[in-house]
Parts: sequence; structure tokens; C-alpha cells
Amino acid sequence: MSGKDVFYQGNEACAEGALYAGCRFFAGYPITPSTEVAEFLARRLPTVGGAFIQMEDEIAAMAAIIGASLVGKKSLTSTSGPGFSLKMENLGFACLTEVPCVIVNVMRGGPSTGLPTGPSQSDVMQARWGTHGDHPAIALAPDSVQEIFTETVRAFNISERLRTPVILLTDEIIGHMRERITIPPEGELEIWERPRPTVPPDQYKPYDISEGIIPPMADFGSGYRYHVTGLNHDETGFPTNNPSLVQPEEERLMAKVTENLDLIQKYEYFEKPKARIGIVSFGSSARSSRAAIRMAEEEGIKVDFLRLITLWPFPTDAAVQMADKVDMIIVPEMNLGQMIEEVQRSIAGKAETVGVNRVDGDPITPTQILDRIREVA
Amino acid sequence: MAFNYAEYIRPGKLPHIWCPGCAHGTVMKSIIRAIDRVGLEKDRTVIVSGIGCASRMPGYVDFNTLHTTHGRSLPFSTGVKLADPGLNVIAVAGDGDALAIGGNHFIHTCRRNIDITLIVFNNNIYGMTGGQFSPTTPHGKLASTTPYGNPDYAFDVVELAMGAGASYVSRSTAYHAIPLERQIADGINHKGFSVIDALCTCPTTYGRRNKLGSAVDMIGWFKDNTVGIKAAGKLPPEKVEGKILTGVFRKEEKPEYCDEYAKIIEKTGGRS
Ligand SMILES: Cc1ncc(C[n+]2csc(CCOP(=O)(O)OP(=O)(O)O)c2C)c(N)n1
Ligand code: SF4
Repeated sequence: MSGKDVFYQGNEACAEGALYAGCRFFAGYPITPSTEVAEFLARRLPTVGGAFIQMEDEIAAMAAIIGASLVGKKSLTSTSGPGFSLKMENLGFACLTEVPCVIVNVMRGGPSTGLPTGPSQSDVMQARWGTHGDHPAIALAPDSVQEIFTETVRAFNISERLRTPVILLTDEIIGHMRERITIPPEGELEIWERPRPTVPPDQYKPYDISEGIIPPMADFGSGYRYHVTGLNHDETGFPTNNPSLVQPEEERLMAKVTENLDLIQKYEYFEKPKARIGIVSFGSSARSSRAAIRMAEEEGIKVDFLRLITLWPFPTDAAVQMADKVDMIIVPEMNLGQMIEEVQRSIAGKAETVGVNRVDGDPITPTQILDRIREVA
Repeated sequence: MAFNYAEYIRPGKLPHIWCPGCAHGTVMKSIIRAIDRVGLEKDRTVIVSGIGCASRMPGYVDFNTLHTTHGRSLPFSTGVKLADPGLNVIAVAGDGDALAIGGNHFIHTCRRNIDITLIVFNNNIYGMTGGQFSPTTPHGKLASTTPYGNPDYAFDVVELAMGAGASYVSRSTAYHAIPLERQIADGINHKGFSVIDALCTCPTTYGRRNKLGSAVDMIGWFKDNTVGIKAAGKLPPEKVEGKILTGVFRKEEKPEYCDEYAKIIEKTGGRS
């Protein structure tokens, strides 16, 4: 069976992707440029027996999706800069309690109210480190409307399988841009569910890792009565401050990500023979980068291109692969230099780096990137 | 036959963390007895809390229990309830948890009229963090952050809940444990958002700093300084003045949120 072609905005594709992945609960608070995700799901969720709720603020929305996920519903919230900031404390709660959920941040200019209708990519580091304390982080950054659909599905899949929140970082440009996309028929994309317990309730321990580092998760109300707390806890779910339990618990949360890199990390590497320059980019800046690389080629300058789809965990190996080959890596991003620091950390001096940065509310243009290519060529 | 608390207390989880003389345990006891009175199924009951001394309560009881972030018991509860309206959801919170950091959630949950029962463990202070003033600390009282007396004015939980649209609103105290139990049961049975203002005590911080006597004196104070709203109507004004009113202030049938949402699902032809 072939899919259904539609002419969708990025935000609508995100909402449609969520439904495809089995999302049945959405809680949110309106904010430009993400609101269309909520509006779409307000219409569609009841038609599939799901629930939509507009909460009193983003803190409440984040709380509500965690509550719904504990009952066994795949849950989503969407927001932008200021609302993303408000979600941080409960995002950390989901990390520590290992409750799957997906958070969409359609990035806009900041800090503060910033540029509500202007595109930005300045929440890269917030997606990694925004909530307090050490914690795992997964962030995906699609660059087209079709990819917003598929990456939303993947965000749910990863979140369910690893029992950890996943952030989808889009931006105002691709969130509001319309493109023709194909919604795959049911069954074409794999859908994953969280691991659920196979032991009877009286033997269930909510953080039992004897079968692997991702403990099976029971739905509240299904007969497995257990305790969930944002305090550090032992395998039974109850609070502990025993150092010999807390340290391994925190390390395991990180290991869920570091031991599953092949499941999470996704990128595209376009190689040109003998290129001495490379570009690392993501999201809408990757679109401009692609155009700039074509223009450079017409001028006889070859440029390698690493397009990151997964931002966190950062695909270090791919950056190193590029640095081993080229002399100079250009990092276009709509912020004042966030991803470039991660590139530098990864390549540890194996190549020079330079940014193309813009935070004035206009996109980075291909010409801007081309100028930088010419400068370093 | 004596009440069998062991049926509801998780084995091995006592002693609790509460100070000797803290009234939170009394409120917990009323909640347990109320749940038993209503006959809620343990597997289908979820107890949600925020952060604070009161919010440690869910850890002791054998239900699906969720100890969340400070002030957020109600939005977490809302997610649980809307995701599975068949669950019985009870939220517990301290006065700071429910009304300061969680104040916005409090009024909006009242407005939404979702079928959750909230018990506010109202001890007029932030107990867990060592006795800072809360939104229910009376004007002029001492707290660690009001060393010269509280310049703020207190919220009245009952008035706030009624103003915000809660459909069941009551107040009792840790002295009046049986009426408290009855109100909680009534609140659970009520279809809609129920707020029970459970006046209790923090002898360790609030009591000591304001020289309110022993833990027993503080509980006894409720006996002498409250009057039931039914009785109040029949008493001469001088006997009511200055007293705290207790009882059921509102019990109103009005459409409940999940029921309303179910109608939307039905209207759109949705099926789960
Ligand atoms: C976001 C956040 N801010 C502050 C705190 C610190 N804190 C923990 S409990 C508490 C107050 C608790 O008071 P209350 O809710 O009245 O409950 P009680 O301890 O008196 O039962 C505060 C301020 C916190 N845990 N989280
Ligand atoms: S500090 Fe106060 S509220 Fe907390 S347990 Fe002690 S007496 Fe109770």
C-alpha cells in the first residue's frame, strides 16, 4: 500500500507523526511558533480516542504528560523558548523517574521573549543541559517537513524503548514551512513500545535491572502498585541516599544513552573527493548549507557535508571522521556558537573550526555560508 | 473490629519521617480510613503529591503512588486522570505546595472541575525547609523569613477554592479526625474537583517559633477555636467571631471534565 500525500506545515507533520507513533495524550500551552502542533492535536486526538488538554502553563503541561505516560499513554507536549525553559524541572523528573515522553521545541529567538516569530537554533545547549543535575539527553533535529514526521515517530520510539524523554528540536522556519509529504501507510514505519513487566505484580520492582539496564515499566492502574519519586531511589522505587546506590543509578541513566548510540544517532555524511573544507550543520541551517555547497562546487571548491539529525548524544565519531580529512570545518547555526563547541570538543584540534552565526531573526542564507567557504578556501 | 491499617500501609516503610507530634500522620490516617470507607480498589487508586513533609505521605501507603515536584501534584494528577478517567485520583499537598508554588494549578484545577480529590495538609508553614512563612501563615505571625512578624495576609483555602469554582469544598482539622475522614470520603465520592482544607500542625517550626505550646496544645486549639458552619448559623455572633468555620461549604453537581471530554470523543466518532 502506498502512503497518503499531503501538503503539510512542519508543525502539522509533527502532530501527524505523533499520532502515527501511537501518541494518545497531549498537554500544552500556546506559544508561537509551536501552537499549530497543539491545534492539530486538539482536533485529531479525540477522533482516535485520545485526549488533548490545554493546561494553565508549560510547567503543568509537562507534569500532565508525565502523569499520562505513567498510565501507559504515549504523550507529547510542544512549546518554544520561554515555555521550554518552564518545562525544565519536570523534564528532569522524567529523566530520573524514567518516564517516556516527547517534548517538541520549535525554536525561536531568545533569551526571554526575544523574537517570538523569528527563527533560531539557540536552544541546542539547553536541550542538553537545561534541567539541573547530570542527566541523559536525546535531541533530534530534522530539516524538512517529511523528516519532521519521521523524526517525531523516531522520537517516540526511542523514548519508549529507552524510557527517557526525547526532545525534538525544530525551528520557526521548518515548523511553519509547507512541503508535500507522504504519510506512510500503517505498519510501514516500525513502532516501538516501552518494555512492560512480565513478572507478576508481587515480584515487580520498578527499577529492577537484572534483565538489562532498561527496567520494565508497569502502567499505573494495571495491578502493579508501585512508588515513583523524583528523589534518588533504589530498585524498589523508594527514596535512598545510600551512596553505593545513587552513583550507579545516575551512571545507568547515562548508560541508557551511551550504550544505545546506534539506536539514537543519525546523520548524513556527503563526501566530495579531496575536499579540504567541511560543513557541520542541522535543521534549517542545513538547508542553506546544502545550497551553499552546490554554489561552491560551481566555483570549483569542494566541501564535505555532515548533516546532523541527532544533536544529542552528539555524533562525535562523524565529526572526527570529517576532521581527519579536512583542514577547516564551518559550522553554520542560528545562534552565537553552540554546536561549534561540541564539534571542537569532539575533534580535539584535528581541524580548524569557524562558525557562521546569525541571531537577528533572519535565516542564514546560502550566500553567507558561501562567503565563509570562499574565505577559508 | 479494629481498623486494619496494615492493609493500607506498605510493609517496612514505617517509621515515617515526620517529627513527633506532627499532625500530618493524623491526616494520613483520616485519608486511609476514608478510602476504606468508600471502598476504593487499591490497584485502581493513584495518590499524587508534590514536595514537602506532607508530600511524603504517598510513600507510606499501598497504592499507585507518585511523589512529584514542588507544587505540581495537581497537574500530574490531571494527566493521570484524563489519561484513564476510570482511576481514582487523590492529591495531597502542603499549604505551600498547594497554594504558593502550586497556586496557579490550584485555581485552574478548581475551574476545570476534574474528578480529583485534593487534601491540603494546612499547617500554616513550610515545614520541610525549616519554617518559612507560607500563603496560609496568618498576618503578624513569626516564621524564619518573617522574623519581625508576617507582613503578608493569608489565603483562606475554602474561599479561594469556592471562588475558583471547585464543586466540593470542606474544612476540618486534625483534632476533628472523624469529621475529616467523613469529608474526605465525601470528597472522593463527589464527581468533580474536591478540596478538603485539613488544618493541621507543625509543632517543630511554627509552633515553637510562635510559642503555641506542646503538640497536644496545638491540636487542642482546634477544638476551642473552630465552629461548624451549621452550628454557627444558630449561635449568637459573639460565639462565632474569630472562630474558624469548619464543615462542608459547597457540594454542587456540575459537569465533570473527563465526562465532558468523553462527550467530545463520542461526538468526533473517536474510539480508544
Ligand atoms: C522548585 C522548588 N522550590 C523550592 C523547594 C524547596 N521546598 C521543599 S518543601 C518546601 C515547602 C514545603 O512546605 P509545605 O508545602 O507547606 O509542606 P510541609 O512541609 O509544611 O508539609 C520548599 C519550599 C523545592 N523542593 N522545589
Ligand atoms: S517539620 Fe513540621 S510539618 Fe514537617 S514533619 Fe516536622 S512537625 Fe511535621
